[in-house]
Amino acid sequence: MRDTDLRLDGNAAGGLLNEIFPFEMTSAEATCGGCGAAKPIAELMLYMHGMGSVLRCGGCDTVLVRITHIQGFYRLDLSGMSCLKIADNIH
Amino acid sequence: MAEQFISRGFKGRARVTDQTIKERIPPGQYETNEFPVLSAGPTPRPSLERWDFQIYGEIAEDLKWTWSEFLKLPRETMTVDIHCVTKWSKLDTVWTGVSVDTLLEGVDLDAQSDVGYLIVYCDGGYTTNLPLADVRNGKAWIAYEYGGSPLAAEHGGPARLLVPHLYFWKSAKWVRGFKLVKENRQGFWESAGYHNYGDPWKEQRYAGD
Amino acid sequence: MAQQLKWQLGTVVEIRQETPSVKSLILHLPGGTMHLAGQHVDVRLTAEDGYQAQRSYSIASAPEDKYLMLTVENVDDGEVSPYLTGVLQIGEQLELRGPIGGYFVWSASDARDTSSPLLLVAGGSGVAPLMAMLRHRANAGHKVPVKLLYSSRSYEDIIYREELEHLVENDPSLRVIHTLTRQQPEDWTGYGRRIDREMLAEAGWPAADNPLVYTCGPTALVETVANYLLELGYESERIKTERFGPTGG
Repeated sequence: MRDTDLRLDGNAAGGLLNEIFPFEMTSAEATCGGCGAAKPIAELMLYMHGMGSVLRCGGCDTVLVRITHIQGFYRLDLSGMSCLKIADNIH
Repeated sequence: MAEQFISRGFKGRARVTDQTIKERIPPGQYETNEFPVLSAGPTPRPSLERWDFQIYGEIAEDLKWTWSEFLKLPRETMTVDIHCVTKWSKLDTVWTGVSVDTLLEGVDLDAQSDVGYLIVYCDGGYTTNLPLADVRNGKAWIAYEYGGSPLAAEHGGPARLLVPHLYFWKSAKWVRGFKLVKENRQGFWESAGYHNYGDPWKEQRYAGD
Repeated sequence: MAQQLKWQLGTVVEIRQETPSVKSLILHLPGGTMHLAGQHVDVRLTAEDGYQAQRSYSIASAPEDKYLMLTVENVDDGEVSPYLTGVLQIGEQLELRGPIGGYFVWSASDARDTSSPLLLVAGGSGVAPLMAMLRHRANAGHKVPVKLLYSSRSYEDIIYREELEHLVENDPSLRVIHTLTRQQPEDWTGYGRRIDREMLAEAGWPAADNPLVYTCGPTALVETVANYLLELGYESERIKTERFGPTGG
């Protein structure tokens, strides 16, 4: 089983992120707290682990986003991300 | 609130519901014949030459084994049932590894009775936490074989923690060490809303259960 | 414009067998279809006991089309695709949410997108969002030069094969280059191997033309293509990727 079998990219997280942020999020730009790379969320590596979703930097694998949705609550850990830039008007 | 739409004829993955093994399936679980791989990141592939397992923390002396030293420790083969919080259970899985009791022999736990917890550290950054009592007395192993073959990387190889009496997220893949501590500290999933302890028979899936 | 997508029910009006393992579902949506080429929907299936499975599928239809088309490859040990390609029937409904995406999109009306040539690279069912782009481009009469490099297992596995031939016949600014990785017909003169750097150098645009790339398909293919294009001098900001996971889905 190769690593490429286990991951998608942030495009597939668009629906989930839209449950939390009322914006188009795949084009939102995330700055990695690990290596400083600023990339659209679409270009992050998405691991849809059955217990939650994890988005990692494509360059250094730092966890930028951890999301769980448990018993009516989203828990969001963005501590790996030093900045998130979201356009307020993309349709 | 509108009723949930049901997809006619959708059943999901094959779920075995053999009544003869019902009492072995914790509440809310179903039996599977597959062995799903749940992944939160790239699969670590450490060099066995540089691999080591360490026990350290709030104890008098640190312990360390290299891979070749580890393989020389007494090994056991056991058949256990495993239960994942995502609701699948897999019965009669066969593992080979070193009992955690063997590894803790070098730690004077009686002299440090206030050290009650361990934080588990792994390649790739995963962590989980457990009471020390839950990895002693035959309850836990560091497993390096599954079904008689070397443990595959996607299932946690070269070695993973195996604690079958708790939900399987506690059986940390790619384990590299235990930090023994006085105060419990939440690991990767525990800090994201999952239960601190995780007893499948009490259905302790989420914080507050 | 802030918005939150809601789950809605689409009704299957047609099911089209595209290839032996691929079907297209044509869906009527109550609010009509309004999307950008390249966007996707999330599809959710719910069993009677409440168990749910969710997957993303690219929209293959053009924004101008009346109905929404999703093109699904059946994966034998999959959970959702066998249902979509084997159980769901005309007249039944499918729960979906969308359109989703603002990164992997191409719009004929967007001035930025018209100035440099387009390279579309598809692996298997990854051709679906790129087909939405080509259909939309044809509807708009847009003439930006575009090449589609499309990897399939065999001639019979080429999705939309006839429609692509038809588009090419009517538009000299569109080129479709196939590669067949497992099996080729006897008289085949095209590529017969997995996409590699040499193929991209031959079939793609010169990096100096400042091309814009959309590549979609299995994760391994998308990453291989992106890496080779970077080696060939393409700019990383102008390579847009959409990974479908392991082969199939």
